[in-house]
Amino acid sequence: MIIAERKPIDEIKGFIEGKKKVLLVGCRGCVTVCNAGGTKEVGILASLLRLDAQKDGRELTVDEFTLERQCDPEYIEELLEHVEKKYEAILSMACSVGPQFISRRYPREKVYPSLNTCFIGGALAHGIWAEHCQACGNCVIHNFGGMCPISRCSKSLLNGPCGGSAGGVCEISKEVECIWHLIASKVMEEKRLDDFTPVQPIKDWTSSRDGGPRKIVREELVKEEMVK
Amino acid sequence: MSEEFEPRVIAFCCQYCAYSAADMAGSMRLQYPSNVEIVLIPCTGRFDVILALKAFEAGADGVYVAGCLVGNCHFLDGNIRAQQRVDYLQKELKNIGIEPERLAMYNLSASQGPRFAEIVNEFSEIISRLGPSPIKKNLAA
Repeated sequence: MIIAERKPIDEIKGFIEGKKKVLLVGCRGCVTVCNAGGTKEVGILASLLRLDAQKDGRELTVDEFTLERQCDPEYIEELLEHVEKKYEAILSMACSVGPQFISRRYPREKVYPSLNTCFIGGALAHGIWAEHCQACGNCVIHNFGGMCPISRCSKSLLNGPCGGSAGGVCEISKEVECIWHLIASKVMEEKRLDDFTPVQPIKDWTSSRDGGPRKIVREELVKEEMVK
Repeated sequence: MSEEFEPRVIAFCCQYCAYSAADMAGSMRLQYPSNVEIVLIPCTGRFDVILALKAFEAGADGVYVAGCLVGNCHFLDGNIRAQQRVDYLQKELKNIGIEPERLAMYNLSASQGPRFAEIVNEFSEIISRLGPSPIKKNLAA
């Protein structure tokens, strides 16, 4: 899933400075699962913003609404009845796709992101998330014992480890495991060194961001009248 | 003004310990400030930051969570998780300029009636020293 975290409260306060009526929009997708922008986090942030305003004697209404997803136009459409209530700011608590979709659908609204979108990852334990994918567009983890050196090696090395690997830990931080240490250990443990391609060829990065913004079109799913 | 101030305190009490301790304090006819409003929760693991936030929004001067002694939670780690939530919310309160001391976590057992009364006195004292919640001041205005 996409892992995000809430922006510092001061930054969010800066977005709504001088405004009296704001709408906080959550997302029930990835950011709910990573406890960054679901109904619960919307409630907490809305309450904090209200308390902050009340403390200073400022008038502020913070309305809360959580969409099924913010990355599909049909759900963004559900915001219409709220947008009609004329908010001075809409704070989106989704990954950065959410505020972009809201802005595109409601171009006159001032839309702000309340989260920082961090990475594609998974939960190592409750409350701990780690990056596991860089969306390079050409998955090769099968060549590396089921582990992704592109997202999990600090240098994205396809032929590692580098000299910075010591005791299974990356030189950048003792908190970062050396994925190449794990890959090599696993392959050796499984006695599959012979299958392990000694030198990986240069990766074609055109499927990654290097080829510019990406788009997927599934002809069999496209309804012409829906394309805007 | 400060002499007249009677803090309004909301206490989220676990039914297995603090709530029973409050019962015992009552049976023992122990004196403690009457301005604490006790909310029964099945375990402090049920405590959520939003409960405390709503209490503050409604004008509480202080909120505390009272759970079992560490290691004695009926549901194993509800009190530890509540402590984590209290710590988290204290930081958030500080970030928006509200004294984090207005929120606290206490641990006691069901047999500690006198300790319950002591906690109420102790916390009320802290809140009295801090004065009325800045939110309440503006709510009244």
